Formats: sequence, structure tokens, C-alpha cells
Amino acid sequence: MKRRHVIAVLMENESGALSRVAGLFSARGYNIESLTVAATHDPTLSRMTIVTIGTERVVEQIIKQLNKLVDVVRLTDLTEVQFIEREIMLVKVRAVEQGREELKRLNDIFRGRILDVTDSSYVIELTGDDHKLNAFLDSVGRDNIIEVVRSGATGVARGDKSLKP
Amino acid sequence: MELSGGEVLIQALKEEGVEFIFGYPGGAVLHIYDALYEQNSVKHILVRHEQGATHAADGYARATGKPGVVLVTSGPGATNAVTGIATAFMDSIPMVVISGQVTSKFIGSDAFQEVDCIGITRPCVKHNFLVDSLENFAETIKKAFHVATTGRPGPVVVDIPKDFTAPGVKVPFEYPKTVNMRSYSPAEQGHPGQIRKAVDLILSAKRPMIYSGGGVVLGDAAAQLTEFTELLGYPITQTLMGLGAFPASNKQNLGMLGMHGTYEANMAMHDCDVLIAIGARFDDRVTGETSSFCPDAKIVHVDVDPASISKTVTVDVPIVGNVSSVLEAMIALIKDTKKRADPADLAEWWSIIKNWSSSDCLAYDKTSKLIKPQAVVESLWRATKGDAYVTSDVGQHQMFAAQFYGFDKPRRWINSGGLGTMGFGLPAAIGVQLAFPDETVACITGEASIQMCIQELSTCLQYGTPIKVINLNNRYMGMVRQWQEFSYEKRYSHSYMDALPDFVKLTESYGHVGMRIENPEDVDAAMEEAFAMKDRLVFMDFQTDQGENVYPMIEAGKGHHEMRLNPARELA
Ligand SMILES: Cc1ncc(C[n+]2csc(CCOP(=O)(O)OP(=O)(O)O)c2C)c(N)n1
Ligand SMILES: [Mg+2]
Repeated sequence: MKRRHVIAVLMENESGALSRVAGLFSARGYNIESLTVAATHDPTLSRMTIVTIGTERVVEQIIKQLNKLVDVVRLTDLTEVQFIEREIMLVKVRAVEQGREELKRLNDIFRGRILDVTDSSYVIELTGDDHKLNAFLDSVGRDNIIEVVRSGATGVARGDKSLKP
Repeated sequence: MELSGGEVLIQALKEEGVEFIFGYPGGAVLHIYDALYEQNSVKHILVRHEQGATHAADGYARATGKPGVVLVTSGPGATNAVTGIATAFMDSIPMVVISGQVTSKFIGSDAFQEVDCIGITRPCVKHNFLVDSLENFAETIKKAFHVATTGRPGPVVVDIPKDFTAPGVKVPFEYPKTVNMRSYSPAEQGHPGQIRKAVDLILSAKRPMIYSGGGVVLGDAAAQLTEFTELLGYPITQTLMGLGAFPASNKQNLGMLGMHGTYEANMAMHDCDVLIAIGARFDDRVTGETSSFCPDAKIVHVDVDPASISKTVTVDVPIVGNVSSVLEAMIALIKDTKKRADPADLAEWWSIIKNWSSSDCLAYDKTSKLIKPQAVVESLWRATKGDAYVTSDVGQHQMFAAQFYGFDKPRRWINSGGLGTMGFGLPAAIGVQLAFPDETVACITGEASIQMCIQELSTCLQYGTPIKVINLNNRYMGMVRQWQEFSYEKRYSHSYMDALPDFVKLTESYGHVGMRIENPEDVDAAMEEAFAMKDRLVFMDFQTDQGENVYPMIEAGKGHHEMRLNPARELA
């Protein structure tokens, strides 16, 4: 059965490291739902969060192949443990007439922030996991969405567990 | 000591104990070539095409176990090297390729002879480095050799911009003694618990089978494999890459398995109850249709690369570690226990296997008026007493070589198994002959393959490598023709080799000896004559039967038990 996995990867902060990961996924035909990467508090390391969907067997191969990359220091499948997932999303929505009130209400329910207002639109910022962001988009309705920008998921394990070099 | 980048490279190669560097000059590496001039710590071998350089370094590495080293220029030099890098990658061959790059300030400007060498080679290297300062050049070379030669070996590219090798720019040189890479720590010993579990399973088998691969050759574990196999008394088969790691002449050896493996090896795979895979990777040419692969077997898999485990076939007892140490641990455990497979079960299993062997699956028509390629390989074996280094190209001739030249020692059989690169054989033989000037080196090739790197005959003359080229000339891309015969109703689309050169004259024009052999009764005498010319390259153009096929054969989508056998076996 295919499942969604969130994989956190600590890697050498070197030019080309990102393309090794991206290249691995395309060369072997693995699915990438999202990929985010930035340097950590240790400037020699960057941390990547990859969201992929695959069977047990494929995800096991993905993890092994990632581990095999010489630039990868450590990695973990966050979906194996209790973890927190957050993604930021900016949505530009059509906001006219009575729809304006409705959107404001939705925004409050989802604990979003309205960052920009014009006569006909809002830009709403929303943070949360995949489910929450999707639920918000569903509630707004396709016809009202002008633009969606998502950062891709980031994640961290709950409790004492941590990903260290 | 203050050195320029070019000098750093040469000093580093010296520290690594590099004997030969196979290369071809060009703008981006001119500083390095200048540093190579009038020094004698590293011998430069000038090839005729960069593909030849990579294959020669590769052949050297396969025969010696030491990393092969290549030097090419930027742009076309680097792209020409890609086929050879990919070849080494697919077969896990340790290699370090130094490629020149345009001057750092021009990178990204589409400068003359600029290609993104790091990008182009990324999918076919174990790792690659773009040198970004002269200060860490020596350390980068150290890392390159370390990564190339440890764990599961593979090619590593070091791309160095021209400005870092300029003679005027010097840095203090000190070659690092050790490598510290937090992101790279290859497996060494296998997990003791897993090893114990494996031994239990191995000793409880009724119909065991050992399946060993190139990992045993690369991991220098042939002696351990032989001891292990003899201790157990189990049948063993090898992959194309694993030939020689267990003696072909040993009665426990069922020969090669897979697409063109022996009937007995493939049948024993299909019927075994415990499969012991050692340094092999369940490649599709070996497994055939995976859904019918070893249907009754529990599988033990020893491999240095965790990613090889359960990649194509799910295994029951995986052991990640280098094959020699794992085999040693297993041997020790077996010696420690009195438990053994039931001798009656084993005897029965062997009698079933003997029955399969009696099919004589490699028999071929010996009454033919035409030269049979199999007979040439057998003749070569006799002329070289089975002790030559044999390289090959890709096609039917490669399979005949694998089937009919019984290798008793590892590192003697040198061929491109993973990538299947036509053009590999001749340059690879150069690397082998340079490594072992006093050994006999033969290259078994086909008239199509040899033309892919024929220019290296010139290199052979320059460096005096007395290779014996055995050209099994069937005037066809035989392997392609065979597939067309079996699967495309004999529609021989573009597989006929028209307009062939006169190989004898061609060879002579390169300054070597050429021979053309047309009759079966002349084969042995010609071999004797050629091998008597110890210091000459002899190109033997055997005009072989155009219609011969490689048998047995497992066709696409079939299982091990569904082999196609040679219809001419009765004529044997
Ligand atoms: C570079 C390259 N191109 C194409 C192929 C596909 N191919 C595999 S075998 C073969 C024919 C080889 O012919 P020849 O060298 O005459 O050997 P034979 O099969 O006749 O013994 C071809 C074209 C290949 N393996 N490598
Ligand atoms: Mg041919």
C-alpha cells in the first residue's frame, strides 16, 4: 500500500548537494510531493525535508539510496515517529461582496492571517500540516482561488529525538 | 614544500601509489601536462580517445584491485570519458577521473570547451568534486581515492578549473594521512546476530545453492568463498561478473547462471530451498522474471551495499558488510558447530543436479565445416593453459568467452557486465597488460565491437602491449541478430556488418601482426603461432559461423526453468 512519508535529511551544505537528491529521485523514478531545503544553525549543514508517496518497499529503497549519497550525513523517516509537520501557504483569493465576510470567517477558523487587502482580493497566510492547508483550500473553493503558493512541508520529531550529525 | 596545482596533483598521485595515468591533453589540463613533463613518478599513457583512457584505467583496476586513474580535458574530453565512467560505475570499479574545467571565473559563461562535467557525470559516479580552491585540492584528491576504493567501489570525478593548476600559483603541500568525512562511513563487519541466523538457515537446507557475484572478486574474497563452499559441499553458481572467484574446474561449480547460464545452474536456482547470495545484486539478467525467481527459497544475502538488499528481490536474512569478513565469520561459526545439512538430503540434491548436468547444455555442433566461436574460445583456453587475462567486448562472443573459458582465478575475466559497453575490450586489455607485462592477455571481441575503439591499436604499438585480439568475426552484430531471429521473425534489421575493413591489413597498418583464419582445422595451429609471438600484438580474425546462437537462453519474461536449449546438441 502506498503511504505518504516525510523524510528529514541532514546534508553537507555544499553546492551540488541538492541536485544529487533531485537527480536521484528523477533517475530512479521516485515520486517527490515536495522538497524544502535551507542551511541550519550549523552553516556547514543543510536540512532538507522530502515528502514522498510510495509503497513500503519503494520508500525503503529511497531511504537507502539517499543514505548512499556521499553528501548525506544523516536522515530519518519522520513518519515512523511522533512528529510535527508545518508548511506555510500564501493564497490569493477573490474577495467580493458578501464573499468578503465569508472569507474572513474562514480565515479566523483556520487561524490564518490576512496580509493584503484590495477591493476584490485578499492574500491569506496559513501555516499547518498538509491536511489543514488542503482543507482550507477546499473550503475556499476552487472558483475563488487566484493563486496558491506553498513552501513544502518541514518537520521535526516530537520529544527528545533529534537529527544530529 | 610549495607546489602549484599541477604539482600537487602529481605529488598526490605519487602518495597514492599510482603507477599509471591514462589520459589525453587539452587546453584546460595543459598546466597539468606541463607538470607531468620530465617527471617519472607517474607514467602517463597517451590513448587515442578518452573513452579508451577510461576503459584502460578500468581494465587496470579490475586486474589489480587498485584504482585506475584518468586525466582528461574539459568539454569534449570529459564527455568522451562519460561512457567509460558509466561502465566503471555499473560494475563498481574503483577509478579516479581528473577532468580539467575552464578557469573558475568563466564557469557558467558558456566558455570555450565548457561543459557541466559535475552535472553530466553525477548519475554515473559514486561521487564527484568540483575543486573550489587550491588550498583544499590535495585533500579533495585524498577523499576521491578514499571514496573510490572503499565500501562498494566506484568511479569518482575531480573537476579542476584551469586557474587552480597554473604554475605561478603555489600553496604549501602536505598530503593528508587520513580522511575525515562525517557523511561517509561504509559498512565493514556484518552484524553478528544476522550472521548467526544465516548460518543456521544455511545448515538446515535440504536443497542449498550458493550464488556469488562480482562483489566477491572486488572484495578479494575468492579464497574465503572457496573455503566456505568446499566446507559445506554445496553447489555454487556465479554471475557473469563473478566468474573466477570460485574455480571453474571445481566439481561443485555449476557454472554461470542467468540469461545465458547453464541448464543445471538455472534449474538449481529455481528448485533450491535456501539461496546464499554473496556479493551479487539480483540483476535482471540473472533473475529473469522476478515473480518466478527461486520460488521455494529462503534467501541469505551478503553485500557491502545496503541499497542492494531487497532492491529487486526481497530477502530473508540480509547481512551488510564486506564479503570477506562476513565469509570468514560464517566459516568460523560453521567450523564451531557439529550441525550440518542432512547428508542424505544433500546427496539426493546432488543427484538431481547431476541429472540436469547430463543435458550437456553447452554442447555445440563439432562437425561443422565452419569455425564455431565456442571452439575458438576452447582453443584459446588450451593455448593459454586456462591462465590468461581475458577481456571482452559485448555480444555473443562475450557470452561464449564466459561459457567456454573456464576461469580458475579471480580478476582474470574482465568484461563490461552492467553497462554492456561495446568498445571496452581492447582498451581494457591495454590496462591489464601494462599492469602485468609478463602475463598473457587476450581480448575476445566481435567485428562490430572492436571497431568502437579500434584506434587504441595505435596506443598498443606506442607502449608495446602484446595483446592477442581474438576477433570472432561473424559479419553480424550476432547478439542483435540472435534476438531478431528469436523475437522478430528473422527480420535482420541493420544487424549485418557490411563494408568491413580487412582486419589483417588494418592491423598491419597499425604496426602489428594480423592473421585471418577461415577453417576449423587451422584454429589450434593459428593460436599456437600467435601466442608464440610473445612480444607482438596479434590480431586474429576468425571467420566464424554466421548463424551460431548463444544457448541456453532465458527469453524475456521467462523463469529460470524455462530455458531455450541448443537444437544442435545431438550433433555434438
Ligand atoms: C555501445 C553499444 N552500442 C550498442 C550495443 C547493443 N549491442 C549489444 S551486442 C551488439 C552486437 C555486437 O556485435 P559484435 O561485436 O560483432 O559481437 P557478436 O554478438 O557478433 O559476437 C550490440 C549492437 C552495446 N552493447 N553497446
Ligand atoms: Mg559479430
